[in-house]
Amino acid sequence: MSGQPALTGRSSALPRSLGVQNQVLFVLVIVAGAAVACSGFVGDAPNRLISGRPIPLWFAVDLRMTASIAVLGAALSVACLVPQSRPLHWAVAALAGALLMLVLAAAGQAASFLTQSGRPGSRISLGPTFWVLTAGASLALSDAMQRVGAGIVAQILAVTGIAASVALLAVGGAFDALSLAREFEIRRQVFADAVMRHMALVGASVGIAAAIGFPLGVATARRPGLQNPVFAVLNILQTIPSIALFGLLILPLSGLVTAMPRLAQYGIGGIGVTPAIIALVLYALLPVVRNTSVGLTGADSAVIEAGRGMGMSPGRIFREIELPLALPVLLAGLRIVVVQAIGLAVVAALIGAGGLGTFVFEGLGQYAVDLVLLGALPAIFLALAADFILQTLTAMLRVRSA
Amino acid sequence: MIEIAEVTKYYGDRRVVDHLSLTVPDGDFCVLLGSSGCGKSTTLKMINRLIAADVGTIRIAGEDIATVPAEALRRRIGYAIQSIGLFPHWTVEDNIATVPRLLKWPRERRRDRVAELLKLFRLEPAIYRAKYPHELSGGEQQRVGVARALAADPELLLMDEPFGAVDPITRDDLQAELAHIHRETKKTIVFVTHDIEEALRLATQIAVMQDGRIAQLGTPLDILEHPASDFVADFVGRQGIGLKLLSVRRVADRMRPGETGDGEPISADTSLRDALSAMTTRRTDRLSVRDSTGRTIGAIALADLVR
Repeated sequence: MSGQPALTGRSSALPRSLGVQNQVLFVLVIVAGAAVACSGFVGDAPNRLISGRPIPLWFAVDLRMTASIAVLGAALSVACLVPQSRPLHWAVAALAGALLMLVLAAAGQAASFLTQSGRPGSRISLGPTFWVLTAGASLALSDAMQRVGAGIVAQILAVTGIAASVALLAVGGAFDALSLAREFEIRRQVFADAVMRHMALVGASVGIAAAIGFPLGVATARRPGLQNPVFAVLNILQTIPSIALFGLLILPLSGLVTAMPRLAQYGIGGIGVTPAIIALVLYALLPVVRNTSVGLTGADSAVIEAGRGMGMSPGRIFREIELPLALPVLLAGLRIVVVQAIGLAVVAALIGAGGLGTFVFEGLGQYAVDLVLLGALPAIFLALAADFILQTLTAMLRVRSA
Repeated sequence: MIEIAEVTKYYGDRRVVDHLSLTVPDGDFCVLLGSSGCGKSTTLKMINRLIAADVGTIRIAGEDIATVPAEALRRRIGYAIQSIGLFPHWTVEDNIATVPRLLKWPRERRRDRVAELLKLFRLEPAIYRAKYPHELSGGEQQRVGVARALAADPELLLMDEPFGAVDPITRDDLQAELAHIHRETKKTIVFVTHDIEEALRLATQIAVMQDGRIAQLGTPLDILEHPASDFVADFVGRQGIGLKLLSVRRVADRMRPGETGDGEPISADTSLRDALSAMTTRRTDRLSVRDSTGRTIGAIALADLVR
């Protein structure tokens, strides 16, 4: 990025010179081009247990679709070679967004096209080319948005626009023929329950972690002597591998329930939701406590002295000065914790906590990639959505109190 | 009136303030002058109980401050510091209205007071009241800081090197504004600085401090003409003493009433040093003098400066 202005400067002096003006876009275009040329856009398998035969893009979709994708790809390759400017970045953002939509539509078209023409019962799964193109288009879009210096509003519009278009395509049945959609179709009700359970796990653990971590963070900010012992313990917790922690909790909790059988009535047990939430809370504590502590100690001491000198009470200084000033850092901590918990909760399915991880482990057991994706994709989507919402909130706060 | 009687403060075994007694009459501008570590800031902060005195009593208007709740006491005393400490997430208006809000003034009264203070510091209320501190220059921030200290019309104003961090030209403006405000409002001000020029310019009374004690207490002229010890003489500076003397005397002291001089008249409040400067730049040895209403009331000649 730092080399960009110099390159632009040179190119304005020599407008004819053809060089790579946007390295990020250049790499993305090369990788995407290679993926289209060398790997399958979708896989065609006679049943879910056999891995599919790769089918390249141009055999999977009709000529119009292939041509449209090729034209967009060509336009993007030109865009990384000509002198860069703000309008060009906007154009790249629009092209990348269009490419993303087109690739998604192409996947749906390929599936319905191949299932109609192929053997009955054959399964069309998404291939490497699809993933590389989707990832490439998304990266190009976000890179272009960053280069324009798009504000919060533009970013919200872009993200909601894309999400709405994908939802519209899905509701319209564009993806129905894909094997992923078929796995979903069979498990429609189970899927909805799993998503709700996943969000409940995350919500409960983040809520409890905040309730414990926030006062602990305030305490460490007030008494620097507490910082070493508290952070030592939390750091050690953070280093325990998640699967190990889930496993380690089974024994003491089962022992507890054996000793006090009444606890079982409340759903507490060695496996299931209880150890999952405990483990998620333990992992969430470090970011919550650390960010609370850093946020509160970050306030300028002169500001606090001025508040005291004018006769503000300690409680008022905390509520009206320290807390609002620490809020962006607190929200950043919350963001880390939510995203981390959404990912870790997938693993919690291993000890019977339910959630999206159920599909992942079921799919791993059956060697059914589509089932793994049915668990993994919504988890990724949830994490991205939570990250985006909290990041936007933080940015809005920073703008107000810069 | 502030009466500080036999006050001592220990930091560990070190006596940072040592049996210090000082009386500041109402309407006085008292400057605590000294090098860093002499106990001047500690003394100031004991007056609003940001630091508790270990021994001795401090009375404000006859009332022992130890008997008043600290927060109630501080709301009666304006406080401005070098690092200003404006609340970065509040507008200029909210910052200035901090103490009035603590005192539960009605909204209308707070608004009017903020506008009045912004005008006093030559900041247009329509432009400045909704700005955030990071949108202001250093000088504007310090003006808002002092306006905030004055907001609830306190009986007493404590200032801890308030102009230490601004550039010399802005500092000059701010000093002139503060001197003007002191003359207008007759507030009692206790002001901490290590800058002898600033002290001479602003003070009606200077307390030169050394090792937690007052080495000399007197008017600026006293301190310059009759330093009580070698320490004081060294501190106020033996070099350029003549110019410093000129800077503490006013044109009004040496003026020839009824006579007239050349060119644009200068104010009777001007220091003799500034008068000398004006004569030098205008290449004249005689200037007209006006009063605060702009009426010409006399003249001053070069010879009058050295009389």
